[in-house]
Amino acid sequence: MTDSSRADSFPLHRRDIAKQIFDSGGENLLIVTGLGSTNWDFTAAGDCERIFPLWGAMGGAIPLGLGLAMARPEKRVLVATGDADTLMGLGSLTTVAVQMPDNLTITVFDNERYGETGMQATATAHNADIAAIAAASGIPVTGTIRDQEEMDTALPEVLEGRGPAVFVIKVRAEKLPFVLPPKDGAYLKDRFRIALLGDTGIV
Amino acid sequence: MEWWKDIYGALKAADIKQVVFVPDAGHAKLIDACIADNDIRTVPLASEEEGIAMLAGAWLGGQRGVLLMQSSGVGNCINMIGLMRTCRFPLAAFVTMRGQWHEFNPWQMPMGQGTEPVLEAMDVLVDTVDDPADVARQSEAVLHRAFIGMQAGALLLHQRLMPVKTFGD
Repeated sequence: MTDSSRADSFPLHRRDIAKQIFDSGGENLLIVTGLGSTNWDFTAAGDCERIFPLWGAMGGAIPLGLGLAMARPEKRVLVATGDADTLMGLGSLTTVAVQMPDNLTITVFDNERYGETGMQATATAHNADIAAIAAASGIPVTGTIRDQEEMDTALPEVLEGRGPAVFVIKVRAEKLPFVLPPKDGAYLKDRFRIALLGDTGIV
Repeated sequence: MEWWKDIYGALKAADIKQVVFVPDAGHAKLIDACIADNDIRTVPLASEEEGIAMLAGAWLGGQRGVLLMQSSGVGNCINMIGLMRTCRFPLAAFVTMRGQWHEFNPWQMPMGQGTEPVLEAMDVLVDTVDDPADVARQSEAVLHRAFIGMQAGALLLHQRLMPVKTFGD
């Protein structure tokens, strides 16, 4: 029997980790967030045009990051999403492992909860291990980060290591104030493309 | 049955760089041609909805891509198509049809018959081609409408274009 309330006392706070990654990433980092909490986390860290924050499309953050990473091999692409979004699209880990984009890092902020819907337990609160699933899918670099020391150690690998990599970051199950980016998807898309592609990003 | 060459020619003319797919027998020769093309990245998907999200990512990065799938895969894409409509991403999907004509497998009928109405319910513009002579210009049109007209569209390749599949009966 697993303890599905253990995440209530995980030491890492998701907003701190998002801020640490965002501040360390620099101008070369392109960020795709999943819907829900990781969107609010990275918006709090620094709402900017190099972030494409999903407001929906559950299960889509990882394949969206894959398409972007393949299109822009000279840029580092970071997908920051949650355990529930990852679980909905587990097959996409096998798709990533076929393409092997060395510029793609996936960070799974794993609070073992469906955060937007009442903090119900996900499968990771029970027996599912996303890092192990990623490794078994063929992702060459995987790890689980549980405290600040492990996060500090992993950070260079997250930002500059040879990918594809999947890091599961166990974060406290906590309900935080919303910090919302613009929600007009066409605007979010266009500002990202213009920042990345200049005038050719304008259709 | 060489109409697949007309789709391939249209993809090349439209500068398509990512071809993402769940295989279908009707797309087999086109997929092989794309795999053999060093200027196209081909991506086999676990599920078709990944392909929708991948094409959004490709467009964010400045590349054009297309999704190849069977009609049954359309059902797997529906919620993810909302991403394309909300953000006004271009979409060009080439769908080989089942459940239309000389279908031997009744399990293919519901999604085959549902393909067009569910795409239209998601505001995807749908065209059907059933004459090999029209595949080239229809393919060019769906690509133009996606990447020049900035719309989401699908070209349904009628089962009449495919060899009749049986399990020997």
